[in-house]
Amino acid sequence: MMHWLIAPVVLPAMMAPFIILAARYHIGIQRVFSVVGVLAMIAIALGLVIETSDGTIMLYQLGDWAAPFGIVLVGDRLSTMMVLLMSVLALMVLLYSIGSDWDRLGQHFHALFQFQLMGIAGAFLTGDLFNLFVFFEVLLIASYGLMIHSGGNARLRAGVQYVLFNLLGSTLFLFALGALYAETGTLNMADLAQRVTLIGAEETVGIRVAAVLLILVFAIKAAIVPLHFWLPSSYAEAPGPVAALFAIMTKVGAYAIIRVYTLIFPADLAVTDGLHGTWLLPFALLSLALGAVGVLAARKLDRLVAFAVISSMGTVMVAVGLFTEQSIATALYYIIHSTLTAAALFLIVDLVRRSRGHLGLVAAAPVKGAALVAGLFMAAAIAMVGLPPLSGFIGKLMVLSASFSSPLVVWVWAVVLVSSLISIVGFARAGSVLFWKAQAEGGPAPLEPDAPTPTPLSFAAVGGLIALLVAHTLLAGRIYTYTTTTAAQLFAPGPYIATVLGTPGKLSGGGNDAEKDVDTGEKATVPAVKAGDH
Amino acid sequence: MEILVASAIGILTAAGMYLVLRLRTFPVILGVSLLTYAVNVFLFASGRLTVAAPPILTDATRYTDPLPQALVLTAIVISFGMTAVVVMISLGAYLGTDDDHVDEMPDPDAAQEDAT
Repeated sequence: MMHWLIAPVVLPAMMAPFIILAARYHIGIQRVFSVVGVLAMIAIALGLVIETSDGTIMLYQLGDWAAPFGIVLVGDRLSTMMVLLMSVLALMVLLYSIGSDWDRLGQHFHALFQFQLMGIAGAFLTGDLFNLFVFFEVLLIASYGLMIHSGGNARLRAGVQYVLFNLLGSTLFLFALGALYAETGTLNMADLAQRVTLIGAEETVGIRVAAVLLILVFAIKAAIVPLHFWLPSSYAEAPGPVAALFAIMTKVGAYAIIRVYTLIFPADLAVTDGLHGTWLLPFALLSLALGAVGVLAARKLDRLVAFAVISSMGTVMVAVGLFTEQSIATALYYIIHSTLTAAALFLIVDLVRRSRGHLGLVAAAPVKGAALVAGLFMAAAIAMVGLPPLSGFIGKLMVLSASFSSPLVVWVWAVVLVSSLISIVGFARAGSVLFWKAQAEGGPAPLEPDAPTPTPLSFAAVGGLIALLVAHTLLAGRIYTYTTTTAAQLFAPGPYIATVLGTPGKLSGGGNDAEKDVDTGEKATVPAVKAGDH
Repeated sequence: MEILVASAIGILTAAGMYLVLRLRTFPVILGVSLLTYAVNVFLFASGRLTVAAPPILTDATRYTDPLPQALVLTAIVISFGMTAVVVMISLGAYLGTDDDHVDEMPDPDAAQEDAT
């Protein structure tokens, strides 16, 4: 049963080379296998969520090597929930890219898509920080390919910036890992959680540097101001469905912050005191505000949505930065909402781009299927800015109510409410220019007359995302109960650590003798203890 | 030994940062490469610098920590692959636009709007 935990990583890892090798020249077969793979992924993720919903911690030891030395995959409520969210999003994005023929416009779309899923699933499931780095690289290198899919000068240019920014981020990640290893002698998350508490109060310099470097790396991924510069141009220039899939990638950063800063550096830990309240929360508020201003200032629809994503990530990080059990539960609820909304908006942007030829916020001929596109845009925009009745409103309400315990409560209320207002104005302006004034103008033909009419499948994919948002609103009570239990599990990491470190496995080559294993284990911890005492 | 390694890391990082802050792709890629060299040496040093000791447990008193060496190998392979990718993409961007600046390029759509 426990072997299922590695399936979300292995399945796409097998599917991608299969698609390249067996179905290279048959887009139809590629599509079938890609969709079947994603459907199987949803089924597996659903199974994992059910399995872990009673608080079970699933553990998979690769090669049966015991925890601090071998690499482990750990499935708890948070990881499995994120994998499920990713696979559901992937299905909608995949259907859209098939429906809109994006996957025909370049080579290997489906293979890269599967590798991307492999990297994201691995990042959610791993229990080892170096392994997290490796999965980050897997998802990044797949995303480089997807980002420049179908080429074009502007896209390649944005791709160079995206790749370089992420290469620097990876280098920073390695510096953080080196610093952590030098201080503690381990990179297993559960083991780190134990070792960090043993560090004396007078020797906190190294571990503080490591903790701050690590949060910088994850902040780059989560696009928190002032580390957000990569996001607008890469999301705007990436192909529509790819930008929609990237909606989950910023959440990988948020996930990593939640995981590392509940498990390894919890808020009550003396050595990293003040990291969340003093640093994370103000910068999260800043991203929220700056994103909203960007929404208002954008001259093109794709930039507008990219800044809305920054604003939305800001809201998530405000909830994370408050760092109470309630606020983490809120953050998890908002992460689901933010992922679905951002993806829906990027797909709608692509619908508009395909029929108008450009995305400038100026009056032009109406888009094809204007009524439907306008309706979808309005629903997604309402969700994104946080107006009732959709889940953005509930999410922002939860953030506001979670902020009462913080000394910055006035700031949180002011920034969240004012930036919501600014976003509403920005989206209303964009919507009226794109869809309303277009009716009045009526005259010239679309710039690309040969632009393909969106197929029903494209609309079904966008509609599916909106339907999921509606479900997320209707089931808000049950989902919030689920995320509350998840947050409670995160704030009581005892069972996680006990499961990871307590499960027996191989320690040295072939030796199953229990006494020998214990002996080796003690020896092997010697350098680590030395390192910690240094 | 410690001073040598520490200053090597420092100089590589400083030179790498300087090159990364240039505006054209070639120096930036060189700078990223220098930074990855720096981080590789840094990772190697994170297991403590031990001279002339085996990286395996022969006896528990004297040995080199083998884990950072494994980490460095992984990091080298990954950074090698990533550098190849970024060289290809920036070559594509350069050949397409005949311009190798890394910073934002003027928006063709905006220029079009201004012209009309």
